[in-house]
Amino acid sequence: MNTTQPLPPPLLQLEHISLSFKAVKAITNISFAVQPGEICALIGPNGAGKSSLLNVINGVYRPDEGAISYNGETLHIMQPQHAAERGIARTFQNIALFKGMTVLDNVLTGRNLHVHSSWLEQVFNLGRAPQEAVRQRKKAEEIIDFLDIQPWRNSVVGNLPYGLQKRVELGRALAAEPKLLLLDEPMAGMNAEEKQEMSRFILATQREFTTTIVLIEHDIGVVMTLSNHVVVLDYGKKIGDGKPEEVRQNPQVIAAYLGTKH
Amino acid sequence: MSFFFEVLVGGLLAGVMYSLVAIGFVLIYKASGVFNFAQGSMVLFSALTFVSLLERGYPFWLAFLLSLLIMLVLAWAIERWVLRKLVNRSPITLFMATLGLSYIIEGLAQSLWGAQVHGLDLGINDEPFEVFGLLLSQFDLFASAVAGTLVIILSIFFNKTRTGIALRAVADDPLAALAVGINLQRLWLIVWAVAGFVGLVAGLLWGARLGVQFSLSLVVLKALPVLIIGGFTSITGCIVGGLIIGASEKLAEIFIGPYLGGGIENWFPYVLAMLFLLVRPAGLFGERQIERV
Repeated sequence: MNTTQPLPPPLLQLEHISLSFKAVKAITNISFAVQPGEICALIGPNGAGKSSLLNVINGVYRPDEGAISYNGETLHIMQPQHAAERGIARTFQNIALFKGMTVLDNVLTGRNLHVHSSWLEQVFNLGRAPQEAVRQRKKAEEIIDFLDIQPWRNSVVGNLPYGLQKRVELGRALAAEPKLLLLDEPMAGMNAEEKQEMSRFILATQREFTTTIVLIEHDIGVVMTLSNHVVVLDYGKKIGDGKPEEVRQNPQVIAAYLGTKH
Repeated sequence: MSFFFEVLVGGLLAGVMYSLVAIGFVLIYKASGVFNFAQGSMVLFSALTFVSLLERGYPFWLAFLLSLLIMLVLAWAIERWVLRKLVNRSPITLFMATLGLSYIIEGLAQSLWGAQVHGLDLGINDEPFEVFGLLLSQFDLFASAVAGTLVIILSIFFNKTRTGIALRAVADDPLAALAVGINLQRLWLIVWAVAGFVGLVAGLLWGARLGVQFSLSLVVLKALPVLIIGGFTSITGCIVGGLIIGASEKLAEIFIGPYLGGGIENWFPYVLAMLFLLVRPAGLFGERQIERV
């Protein structure tokens, strides 16, 4: 590791986070930091606590212990809405799109927090409303172009194939112009070609929007090429944390993944 | 022939009264995918509050505003103590909650204001008068005008503002709506408050017709066929469904009734709704559910 270059303060820092559901400990004393601009992958076997950890970060779950610092602010209680207001956007493991709405409308809901005109202005299309509507629409179209989903702009999302829905969900998250993007298995259930495409979009997001990304992924090959930083969980505990190359050499990680003796 | 038109138009106007009740259901259904069993109680509660204030000597507009305020407080209380705890639960859970709410609201209304029957005079003459050779009820015309205005205001509000799009998002997936920063609590408060307002308007018009009493909460039963025909998610559907129910039940009563011994007005709408269910389960304007298997 290059120690001569001082690290900037982390964008996200988890300190001693623990979470349990009744008697089941989902997460035990996990700490790690995410640097601004990096892609951090959370990996680990099923049930290792990855999704739970993501849910803690955006406030769906409240940790029993520990604190989260985000962008210099330490929060003990985060709520999904607060997270969204602070620039944290996410996608879900089982796609959570608004299925009855079109692709464009879905992406537009992502702009929700960037709407500032009041409902009266919107009703009468006065004041800030008309300009704002144009601005939101323009931004949404940019995202749609970026993700190459123009042909389906006006299709109802529920009718689209799975891979496209995953892309629309990413679009809705990007529309919020997030500082931190949480992706829960963005490539689950995809074939090799679709995975490659999604990887390209994720890398392009990091590059073009300088978004910091935390993602969960099972495909180790994808993780190694995509991420700058890998955190490995097993049974709710952190067993590895570092650059992809380092983590790959870690005997504990190899054991967890290949199922050799613990 | 002029008699036919008189029945038809009379039926259409009566149908608007059904639409008025149905709109309250649609609002809440759109926001939470739940059939609000308590809508009838809200109609009763608001009408009873208004009438009681009126009888205590409050002027009409003050009584109206106070009733509205009380409905807002009720909506706030429902959001704060019931709905907020049930975010992300299944629709059946929410439905059961509205079932419980309906009894609470009904009980509250009667313990606050008593259970006796109140007459309500809105100061509108119910004498029929002639338009283009047809005898029409002045009260029905007034009710239609009120319903029409209400629908226009609601449509503008829900189509032109981001509340409308947020509403659809919340109905589709509350968790995802939270994640994009939609304020679920505020939205539910708005919707229940608007449903309370619609309930108040419906309660006043129906109360003036039937008297304000317990059975007022049962007018919502006639809203069911309206919703089935119009679709649970469309305000336009409410109006069209109401018109269809109103016109068909009156025409059926007059022209088919005599062959069946009369009184068919009471059950005809339900038979009609059942036929609609067979042909078009989502209703005329409802969103058709698409399920990928």
